This record gives sequence, C-alpha cells and structure tokens, in this order.
Amino acid sequence: MDLRYFAWLRERIGTGHEVIETEASTVRDLIEELKQRSEAHAFAFSDLGSIRAAVDQDLVEFDAPLTGAREVAFFPPMTGG
Amino acid sequence: MQGVRVQEAAFDMGVELNRFASHVAGAGAIVSFSGVTRDVASGDLEAMVIEHYPGMTERALTRIHDEAMGRFSLVDAMIVHRFGRLPPGEVIMMVATAAPHRADAFAGAEFLMDFLKSRAPFWKQEITADGREWVAAKSDDEDALKRW
Repeated sequence: MDLRYFAWLRERIGTGHEVIETEASTVRDLIEELKQRSEAHAFAFSDLGSIRAAVDQDLVEFDAPLTGAREVAFFPPMTGG
Repeated sequence: MQGVRVQEAAFDMGVELNRFASHVAGAGAIVSFSGVTRDVASGDLEAMVIEHYPGMTERALTRIHDEAMGRFSLVDAMIVHRFGRLPPGEVIMMVATAAPHRADAFAGAEFLMDFLKSRAPFWKQEITADGREWVAAKSDDEDALKRW
C-alpha cells in the first residue's frame, strides 16, 4: 500500500511517501499500526483531531474500510483558497 | 465548460476573466473572486508556499465545480488555483461563475470558495524572517459548509 503525507505531517514523519504491507481493515487501524513504526510516526499521529485522511484520493472518515485501497494519504485540515 | 486548473505559474486574473466571459453566451451575470497572498500580522511575509496533493486536488476541485454547476443555475464556472512559492501580493487562486441572474452567480461563487477552502487538498505555509509556519485551518471555514 502506498502512503502519502502532506504539510506538517510529512515534515514530522520525515518523508512524503512510503510503501508498506498491512492487514489493517480501517483507516483507524492503519493509524494505530503506523504509530508503532517509529517515534516520528507516533508524534505525527498523536493528535487525531488535527488529521484528515484520504483513501484512493477521496476524503474519508477514520472508520472507512481499506478493502482494495491502493493509496492512503494523511494530512492536516486543508487551507486552500 | 471551462472547468478547473491547478498550476504553479502566475496568471493574469483580468485575462482569465475576459476569456471566461467570452464563452458564456446567455449569461446576464458574471461573478469572480480572487485570493491574494496577504501580509501576516507582523508585516514581514517573505513568501507563501502552497503544497497540494497532485491528482486528488484536480479530483476534488472537479467535484466541487460539478456540484456547483448542478446546484445553481450556472451557465459555467471556473476554478484556477496555484501551488508553489508565491511572494506577497500575488494572486493565489480565482473562481468565476456565470448565470442568467446575479443571485445564482454570487451563490455559486460562494459555494465554490467555501468548499475549496476546506475540501480541496491545499496547505499554506507562511515564510517570514522568523521562520516558516503552517497556516492553521479555521473552525469558521468548516462551519461555513453547514449553510449549504
């Protein structure tokens, strides 16, 4: 699975892209798994209220299933315009 | 339809608006909004850096554009949004709507802006003499979606 990180999440994790093997069934499960990867990951995912997720480029809630997902992205609330 | 565009290069909002206006036969009202990099409170903004999520950005903007087209009586709508490093005073983005009457043109433009601010994957970072800081989303921006 391809993971993408943006803005301060990318900076805290130290990369904008990584490829992982996972059996996580929801976005929330995936986050719990990622927090175990490194201290940087744990720090980046410490406040879920300031994180948004997208599965295959569609914004989703944390309980969204990962069945068939190829790309999951994590980022702070968006600030366009 | 003139659709959505995401680009690094600067654009001339007058040229964009005139081109848009020349392709909306039958519209009696055209509304446009442009966002400009403004100075920060301390007054020493060196640049604004805009990061985005290539692929999802175009997908999200197209969805917002199509939703506005369906919701209001619009003849056409357009969105242009830049990314990369922008000095103060530069145009970041613009939306324009064309409709038979002004109420739909205004409402359509506000709808585009409200959704673009918190549903399109862009993140702004301000660069000042003191360093770099990610711009935090405002709860008002999220609240603004509820009226639609």
